[in-house]
Amino acid sequence: MAQVSHIADEQASSPLSSSKSVTLKISRYNPDHDDVGKFMEFTVPYEKWTTVLEAILEVKKHFDHSVAVRYSCRQATCGSCGMMINGKPRLACFTKISELNSNVITVEPMNNFPVIRDLAVKFERLFDTHQKIKPYLIRDDTELETDEREFLQSPEEVEQYIQFANCIKCGLCNSACPTMATDSSFVGPQALAQAYRYVADSRDKGKDSRLKIIDESHGIWRCHFAGSCSQVCPKGVDPAMGIQFLRGYLLGFRS
Amino acid sequence: MRESTIMKIHYGTALAAVALVAVHILMRLTQGFAESLEYENVLANYKFIPYAAMLELILILLSVHGFNGLRVILLELKQGRLYEKAVSYGCLAAMFGLIAYGSRTIIMTNMGMV
Repeated sequence: MAQVSHIADEQASSPLSSSKSVTLKISRYNPDHDDVGKFMEFTVPYEKWTTVLEAILEVKKHFDHSVAVRYSCRQATCGSCGMMINGKPRLACFTKISELNSNVITVEPMNNFPVIRDLAVKFERLFDTHQKIKPYLIRDDTELETDEREFLQSPEEVEQYIQFANCIKCGLCNSACPTMATDSSFVGPQALAQAYRYVADSRDKGKDSRLKIIDESHGIWRCHFAGSCSQVCPKGVDPAMGIQFLRGYLLGFRS
Repeated sequence: MRESTIMKIHYGTALAAVALVAVHILMRLTQGFAESLEYENVLANYKFIPYAAMLELILILLSVHGFNGLRVILLELKQGRLYEKAVSYGCLAAMFGLIAYGSRTIIMTNMGMV
């Protein structure tokens, strides 16, 4: 009951009061009704700590509740609120308005993803490619016997893949990838980085099957090493590096 | 053929072509550049068998590398099973066609038929 009351208070609250304000340009597009998208402008007050997501939610609360946006955790963990913010793919919950150094903030749906409505995009392609590379440990002895121990790893072995395990599947890397923009069958930096995450894991025995999956005409070789995937990752994952390591396996430089 | 095998050939032909084209350019510089392009000198080059063999090798390397590059560009431009098959076989046919035509020129000139 207390929780319901708290939510009611939040919804009824007055707009943020601040001396500073910013113009928020939100892309509005409904593929079912609109031929082309348009921008709607809102003047939103903000504080030093206000994030772009909070500004969008402020618009939804006080100006136009029909703005479509996907979000959940508000702490860069769930990977739901990826969007183009001032032309760059970012997480809205992880981007403060004050750090953008602009009086106008433009928010658009992520590139290379079909739009559901406004800022919400479809993730089917990302999830399909992610699933395609078998994102789990493959080994014959998955079930442990009672007298066996867990699969131990040294810190050095963990170091080989741990940064790639930070991926939150937000799709920013796929959105920034120039190959994804033209090649609708390209497996994408997210899936390739995850392929490396498991190939480099000393507990995994599925290296050959995974390398076979990515070694096809729209697989790893279509990466042009633009590096934009690594630039935009909010979790510090470096997909471009993982892709180069995977190429090393396929060219015979790594084993 | 696996894509990694094709790309190994792609990188290999690029490296080999760079080395052989460098030799080819250096050979042009053994005499005056303009002089080396005179009709009689060009014919003489083709009649010198090691040099003609090197030109043939450059032709093969650049054709393989170039048409695979074109295939990759076209595959990224548009997708679809039929289109991709047409691009792959089309590039392969064009590559063999160019090698055959270039080889014909080299062999005919070498044998004094031009």
